[in-house]
Amino acid sequence: MSNRTAGDRALTRHRLFWPVVVLVVLLAANTAYRPSFLSVQMRDGHLYGSLIDILRLSAPLILVALGMTLVIATGGIDLSVGSLCAISGAIACLYISRQPDQNSLGGVLTALALGLGVALVLGAWNGVLVAVIGIQPIIATLILMVAGRGLAQLITEGQILTINSDPYKAIGVGHLLTLPLAIFVALAAALLIAAVTRRTALGLIIESVGGNAQASRLAGIRSARITFLVYVISAACAAVAGFMITANVSSADGNAAGLWVELDAILAVVIGGTSLAGGRFSLSGTILGALLIQTLTTTVYAMNISPQTSLLFKAVVVIAVCLIQAPGFRARFARRRAPASAPAPVTEQPKEQVPA
Amino acid sequence: MKRMRTHLSSRKVIAVLTAALLATGVAACGNSDTGDSGGKDDGKITLGFSQVGAESGWRTANTTSIKEAAAEAGIDLKFDDAQQKQENQIKAIRNFIQQKVDVIAFSPVVESGWDTVLKEAKDAKIPVILTDRAVDSADKSLYKTFLGSDFVKEGRLAGEWLVEKEKAATGPVNIVELQGTTGSAPANDRKKGFADAISANPNLKIIASQSGDFTRAGGKQVMEQFLKANPKIDVLFAHNDDMGLGALEAITAAGKVPGKDITIITVDAVKDGMQALADGKFNFIAECSPLLGPQLMDLVKKVHNGEEVPVRIETQETTFTQEQAKEALPNRKY
Repeated sequence: MSNRTAGDRALTRHRLFWPVVVLVVLLAANTAYRPSFLSVQMRDGHLYGSLIDILRLSAPLILVALGMTLVIATGGIDLSVGSLCAISGAIACLYISRQPDQNSLGGVLTALALGLGVALVLGAWNGVLVAVIGIQPIIATLILMVAGRGLAQLITEGQILTINSDPYKAIGVGHLLTLPLAIFVALAAALLIAAVTRRTALGLIIESVGGNAQASRLAGIRSARITFLVYVISAACAAVAGFMITANVSSADGNAAGLWVELDAILAVVIGGTSLAGGRFSLSGTILGALLIQTLTTTVYAMNISPQTSLLFKAVVVIAVCLIQAPGFRARFARRRAPASAPAPVTEQPKEQVPA
Repeated sequence: MKRMRTHLSSRKVIAVLTAALLATGVAACGNSDTGDSGGKDDGKITLGFSQVGAESGWRTANTTSIKEAAAEAGIDLKFDDAQQKQENQIKAIRNFIQQKVDVIAFSPVVESGWDTVLKEAKDAKIPVILTDRAVDSADKSLYKTFLGSDFVKEGRLAGEWLVEKEKAATGPVNIVELQGTTGSAPANDRKKGFADAISANPNLKIIASQSGDFTRAGGKQVMEQFLKANPKIDVLFAHNDDMGLGALEAITAAGKVPGKDITIITVDAVKDGMQALADGKFNFIAECSPLLGPQLMDLVKKVHNGEEVPVRIETQETTFTQEQAKEALPNRKY
């Protein structure tokens, strides 16, 4: 973002340039395969089309990935978000299923508060393990990743819990201003997190903790408190994502809800240009990464790529995105294409400012 | 400084992990009923049963059926829940051997790796019955019989019903298929059985087929794209009820009427699926029944008395149309 002097080069060197290119290529390929892919119609008072599906389905992933971004920025990782989705969704659905009137707004709000509350407690548990006791994040959150799935199944008693509640369903499939409600919720969360981290010093402090927790502490930052905080935020994001996932199908499936979403979230964060080593993060990059992953999934279904090859297809695209983003790889590629050109730009990476 | 911290924390890691392991261990004990070693020589047959886990409503119904049937048949049941882990199951079977139960039955979590423990059972002269899932052991003498569903047949029954329904069709009938988890036996077999059956009528064509992972969310997400990519879909074949239920919402959102504009055929017949069938949203379900308890108890008595039993026994299963679903629904157990 900093050196906008040479228009083109600055653009291609922008961190998000290549993910955007891949996203556009995917959309173009879909359109070539089926020209109506991009078409959006009005149906029952809201917009309807594959693009709208992508927006709606990427909302939970965006939320989880936003929380994950902050955790990764501190040099940590949160593997428990998938299980947290399942738990919060299961609690909310269980509470609603016990209500005499499942459509009562008060009941649904209480259910959401319960689900969110339990997720916050579990997020605090993660935070304590990492920040207070000092367990490595991957181990600390692995505990809840494994145990949490069992907890979710315990809540639903191993059954798929079906509910019939219009207000709850709206979280997953409702519409606002003709667009899916879920995407507004995700964007609201993104704006809130962006405001808190980029309009105050919090973002900088998180990055400094990720850069060097010890040095930050000596500089007067309460590192442990910041580390604790990001796990709680991550859990809150996962809880809301869990509501969306369960509301989308009006049922809580302890086994399948949010399964492997932690891996997709980590991937979204990485595609968005946040370093896994911590110390720097990009919220807009994460959102773009999440949209790219959902577009990829939808592409597989829309182009009817056979299930046996779809995983390979996804892997190839992801590898391509990661390689193309790596300055070292691009430099080598460029050198081979044009051997006489100026020295590879590996060494001339400008110090990046990371925008919100 | 950093090094010191890691060193310090590794001990704590171990402490916490141990605590977590202890906790799961306690939970495992709480779930299994192996503890109650009832009177051994009261003439009752003792059956040791190791269940996969409680991962779905289907499985829970399976467990209930086995427990009820054992009580009814006067068989002393030692029940163990393996919580999806093969090592738990092997441990349970070894326990059964030590307790000298009369018959061992289990639903294998995975297909391979059973030879050693099954040989131990054979050496102890305890007959073994497999339920619901098979093992890929080369030595067929390690178990007496395999009682379970025939997934190919389920797919075939679904296909045959469609062939019968569409026999008057003059133009092409477009079918979309929601497959189960890629590579799983039920997905492979149901797909094969269905494809074989509909090959009887060249008008019936599968125009798209994707995996919905046996989940509602998967079924819905795939169906949304099917509907947008294919303007004319006549039939949906889903490998289980849950994917079909997810697809219902996608179909409604697309402005079509499930059960009328699109004929929906599924497999399983769980309660929510039967409800959808009775409500006219589904058109046909091929049952995959978990209620094999009574059949299992018959077999236990037979092998205990040394009678010959066939190596492969199919679960008694049926199919449901909308009218049959309305009748059967009040008495469904799962």
